Amino acid sequence: MAAPLTLLLIVAVTIRAVLFRSSLAELIPERVEVVSPLNAWKRVVEGLALLDLGVSPYAGDVFHEVSPLSIPLNESNPSIHPSIMADALTAVALYLAVKDYNKTVFRKQKYALEAERYPLDCLELIRTPKEMYYIPLKVAMFYLLNPFTILSCVAKSTCGLNNAVIALFILCTVKGSSLMSAIFLALATYQSIYPLTLFAPALLYLLQRLYIPVNWQRSSFWLFTTQYTFMYLGSLCVMVCLSFFLLSSWDFLSSVYGFILSVPDLTPNIGLFWYFFAEMFEHFRLFFICVFQINVFFYTIPLSIKLKEHPIFLIFMQIAIISIFKSYPTVGDIALYMAFLPAWNHLYRFLRNIFLVSVVLLACSALFPVLWHLWIYAGSANSNFYYAITLLFNVAQILLVSDYFYAYLRREHHLTHGLYLKRKDGSEATLVLK
Amino acid sequence: MAAHRCNIFMLVFVLCGLTYVFVRADIEDTNHVKDAESVAVDIAPKANIGASLRSTKTEDQTQAAEEERQWEAETNPADAPSDNKADHVHDTMQNLDSRPAPYAKDQTQEAAEEERQWEATEVKEADRVPDTMQTPDVPPLTPAKDQFQEELVIRPLHSGDIYASFQFRTMWDTDFLRGSKVSHYRLFPKSLGQVISKFSVRELHISFTQGYWRTMQWGQPFLPSPPGAELWVWFQDTVTDVDGAWKELTNVLSGIFCASLNFIDSTNTVQPSASFKPLGLGNVTDQRFLRYAVLPREIVCTENLTPWKKLLPCGSKVAVCLMFDALMKVASSQSFRLSYNTSEICHNSYCKSTVWELRQTLNVVFDLHTSGQGKREWSLFKMFSRTVTEACPLASSSKVYVDGELFELSPTTPLLSQAVVLGDRRTYSVYDLTNQATFGQTRSLNMLLRWRAAESGDMLRPLLHGERYVAGYGLQTGEIHTLMYNNHPYRAFPVLLLDTVPWYLRLYIHTLTVTSKGRDNKPSYIHYQPSKDRLRPHLLEMLVQLPPNSVTEVTMQFERALLKWTEYTPDPNHGFYVGSSVISALVPSVVAMDTNSTRECPLFSSFFPCKEESSYFMRVYTEPLLVNLPTPDFSMPYNVICLTCTVVAVGYGSLYNLLTRTFQVEEPSPGLAKRLANIIRRLRGVPLL
Repeated sequence: MAAPLTLLLIVAVTIRAVLFRSSLAELIPERVEVVSPLNAWKRVVEGLALLDLGVSPYAGDVFHEVSPLSIPLNESNPSIHPSIMADALTAVALYLAVKDYNKTVFRKQKYALEAERYPLDCLELIRTPKEMYYIPLKVAMFYLLNPFTILSCVAKSTCGLNNAVIALFILCTVKGSSLMSAIFLALATYQSIYPLTLFAPALLYLLQRLYIPVNWQRSSFWLFTTQYTFMYLGSLCVMVCLSFFLLSSWDFLSSVYGFILSVPDLTPNIGLFWYFFAEMFEHFRLFFICVFQINVFFYTIPLSIKLKEHPIFLIFMQIAIISIFKSYPTVGDIALYMAFLPAWNHLYRFLRNIFLVSVVLLACSALFPVLWHLWIYAGSANSNFYYAITLLFNVAQILLVSDYFYAYLRREHHLTHGLYLKRKDGSEATLVLK
Repeated sequence: MAAHRCNIFMLVFVLCGLTYVFVRADIEDTNHVKDAESVAVDIAPKANIGASLRSTKTEDQTQAAEEERQWEAETNPADAPSDNKADHVHDTMQNLDSRPAPYAKDQTQEAAEEERQWEATEVKEADRVPDTMQTPDVPPLTPAKDQFQEELVIRPLHSGDIYASFQFRTMWDTDFLRGSKVSHYRLFPKSLGQVISKFSVRELHISFTQGYWRTMQWGQPFLPSPPGAELWVWFQDTVTDVDGAWKELTNVLSGIFCASLNFIDSTNTVQPSASFKPLGLGNVTDQRFLRYAVLPREIVCTENLTPWKKLLPCGSKVAVCLMFDALMKVASSQSFRLSYNTSEICHNSYCKSTVWELRQTLNVVFDLHTSGQGKREWSLFKMFSRTVTEACPLASSSKVYVDGELFELSPTTPLLSQAVVLGDRRTYSVYDLTNQATFGQTRSLNMLLRWRAAESGDMLRPLLHGERYVAGYGLQTGEIHTLMYNNHPYRAFPVLLLDTVPWYLRLYIHTLTVTSKGRDNKPSYIHYQPSKDRLRPHLLEMLVQLPPNSVTEVTMQFERALLKWTEYTPDPNHGFYVGSSVISALVPSVVAMDTNSTRECPLFSSFFPCKEESSYFMRVYTEPLLVNLPTPDFSMPYNVICLTCTVVAVGYGSLYNLLTRTFQVEEPSPGLAKRLANIIRRLRGVPLL
C-alpha cells in the first residue's frame, strides 16, 4: 500500500512543481476564488515586509495570519514551497486516518454480524474488505489531485496549512491520542476560529474509543471531558500567549479574530458574505453578522446528538458546514471535505441528486473565472453575475452535504430495519422522513 | 369662496408689511454698526499709518545698508549635524523657506546713479519701534501694532499665458495664546484670530486650487499647492486632544471658508513625519501636533472668494483688488488657487518678539489667447476690465511687480527690483501704488505689456518635477507610478516623497520599487504607516537621492477594495480621487549653476562658486489620481438580502429536516393535495411526504 501512495505523492508534487514554474504561477494567486484576505500569500509577504520596516504587521489591515505560523514560512527552501509540503502532509495524514478508521468500522461490522444484529436482507449493505481496501488511497488521491487543492497550492495560500493541521488533528483523534488531538485542534482554532466546532466530534470519538458511554451520570464521562477540555484550552492559551510575547501586543486578536468575525473586507469570494454585507443596510449589519456567524456554530449540538455514534461522519459534516458558511471561504476549504467523499462510497446508492449537484459544481467552477472577467476586466457584466454564481455554487454544496447526510441516516435506518421494507399489506413500501 | 380669497390677499398684504418693517429696521441697524466701525478704524490708525509710511520712505536708503549686514549674518543656516537625515534636510529647508529671499542689496548703491533705480525691497521690519520697548511678555502698549502689505506680481508665462499672483500680508504684534484674551481686532481678521486662539493653533495653512499647474510649460509657481483643498495645521504643544481639536477646527474652517473641509476625517488625515515642518517660529519636530489633509475632489469656485475677500482689511473696494473682476474670470482661467497661511514669525532679526502673520494669496493663470484675440499684448484693463486707481489706504506697502524684460511696458516705471525666487534671479519692474506719481495725470494705472519679439525666449526648465499615474487594467489590482525628474545637469540631491493613499486602495509595501537610470535606488529613510479599513489612510514617506539628470520611478502595487454600497460617492463610476503626492526638496540653485558669472560683483566674493542662494527649498505636487473601484449593483439591496437569506434557509431547512425527522414507512393512498405536494417536493429534491 505504501508504494501507490508514494507514486501518488510524486505525481502530485510534480504537477505542482510544474505549475509553479509555469506562467500560471503569477495568475493563480490573484484569483479571488483561490485566495482570500485571510490566507493570501501576498499578504503574508506584506506582513513580513512590514515587520522588516519596524511596523507591527497588525498595524494595518492587510495581514491577518497568526504570526508564529508565518515566520517559519519565510525561511523555507524556495525549491519546495511549504504549501506543497503541507499538501503532502495532509494527504498522508488523511490516508492514515481513513485507513485506521476503516479498520475500526470493519471491526464493528464484524462484531455486529457475529451478534447477528443486522437484518438478513441487509447483506448487500455490508462493506467488504475488498472495496474498503482502496478507500484510503482514494481519499489521498481526491485530496492531492483535486484541482481545487492544486490551485490553492500553486497560489501558495496558507489554506493548505490549515488543512494540514486539521488533517493531523483527525489523524491523532483516530489514533486515540487525546493530547495530540487537543493540541492540533487548538492550533486549528488558533488559526481560524471555526474549527472550534470540531471539539464535539473529537470528544465523542475519543469517548467511544475508550468505551466510555455518553452518560451524564457517569463520573468517567465527566472526568474525560474535563481532561480533554483542559488540554484543549490549555494549549490554546499557550499559543495565544506565544503570539502575544512575539510582538508584545494584543493587536493580533482584533486583527485576526475580529477580522474573521466582523467581516470588514468585502473582497469578492465564493462565499455568501461579501455581496450580502456590501449591500446590507447599515443599521441591520450587526444583526445579520451575528445571524450568519452563529449559523456556522449552530448546527454543532443537534448534529452531535444525531450522529453521536458516528463521530467521523460528524467531523466531515462540520468541516463541510464550516467551508460553506465561513466568512472568507476559498476552494482550498472545499477540497478538504471533498477528500472525504471516497470514504462514504457505500452511501452512493442512497444519494438522490448527486448527478445534478456534481454538474452544477463543475459548471459553477468553470463560470467563476468567466464572469469575473466579464465584470472586472471586460466591464460588460456587473457584480450580480458573479454573485449569482456564488449563490448557485453554495446551493450545490449545501445539497451535496445534505444528500450525504440523508444517505448516511438512511443507511443506518436500513441496517436496523432491513433493506426491503414492506407495508402492512405486504406491498413494497417507500421510506419517507416524518 | 370670494371671502376666502379675500382673506388670503389680506394675509399676504400683512406679511409683506411686516417683512418691510423688519428689513428696514435691519438695514438701519447695520448702517449704525458700520458707521461706528469706520469711525473706530479711522481715528486710531490714521496718524500711525502716515507716520510709518513717511518713515519708510525717508529711511529706506539708510535702512537698506543696515539690512544688508543683517542679512549676511542671517542667511547662513546653522548646519548643525543631525542624526536624522530627514530632520536635517528639513531644518535647513525651513530656515531658507521662512525668510523672504534676500533681494539684491549690493546693487542698490550703484544703481542709484542710473536713471532707473534699483529698489531695496521687502525689508522685513517696516515699523521702526525700538527693540528695547518690546518684550514678549508685556502686552503691546499701542493697539495699532499691526500692518498690512499688498502686492501683485504679473508674470507672462512661456506658453503665452499670464500668471497673476496677488499677495496680502497682515502682521499683528499680539499673542493669542498667552496672556489676556484678545478682543480688539484692527487689521487682522477677527474670525481667523478667534479660531487661532480657541484651538491653540501654531500654524495654519489652507489652499484651494482649481485646475492643475503645468510645471513643464509654466515653470515653478511661487506657492505650489495640490489640486483641490489642502489643509495642514500645527497645534501648540499645550493641546491635549489633538484629534478632537482638529475635527472641530476643520468644521469651523469649513464654515468660514465655505468649503467642504468638514469632509476631513480620520480617513484622510495623516501626520507626516518629515515633509511638513513649521514655517514660522518654533522648531517643533513632534509630529503628534501636526495634521495634514488633502481633499482632491474639492471644487473651488467664486463662492470661496467671498470669504477670502472678507478677511482683507480693504475688502474689494480699492487697490490691487481689481481682482474681483478677475474673479469673474475664474471660470475661464486655466489654473486658480487661493491660500491662507497663518503662522507666528519673528518680529525682527533678533527674534526677541514675535508677530502673527497672515498671508493671503491668490494666483491666477489667464489664457492670453482667449482674451487677446491672438495679439501678443496684454493690459490690466483688458484682463480685469478695470484700471488701478488707488492703493488700499491701510496698506503700508502696495506694489505691482511685472516680471521679465522681453516686452515693452507702458507706462514705464523708474523702479526695478531683482529677486532670487526658487533659485532663479529675475528682474521686476515695480509700480509703487502708495506713490501718487505712479498714477500719472489720468489718476489711473493701466499697464500695457507688448511683446518685443515673437519668440518668448527659452524657459528655465524646472529642476525638480514630479508626475504620477496609475498603471494596469481591470478593477482588481493596479500600480501607482510616481516619476521624479531631476533636471540638474550635475548635482544630485535628496527629495522627500510623501504619499497619502486612501484605505480602499490596499497598498503592498513589499512591491515598492525605486529605480533611477535603470538601477535600484534604495531609499535611505522610509516611514510607512499602513491603512486601517475605514479608519486611516496609507502614509508613505521616503527620502530618495535623485541622481543628476535622471528620472526616478517609484512604483507600488495596490488592490482595489469593494466597498459597502453606502460608501460610494453619488457617481461611483466617475472614480475615486487620490491626493497628490508631495515632493519636498532642497534644490541646488540655478544661480549657483552658472559659474562664469558675467555680472559685476566684488572679486573677493567669488573665491568659491558656492553662494548664499546655493540651494533653496521647493515643494512639488504631482497630479491627483482618479481610480476606479469595482461597484456592486446599487439597485438591488433587497434582492441580494432575499436571495442570500434564501440560500442560508435552504441549508438550514434541509439540515433541520434531517435532524428532526425520522424515517418511516410511507402511508398508503395519499390524497390529491399530497400527491401534488409530492410532485413539488420531488422537484425540490426534498424527501416525499
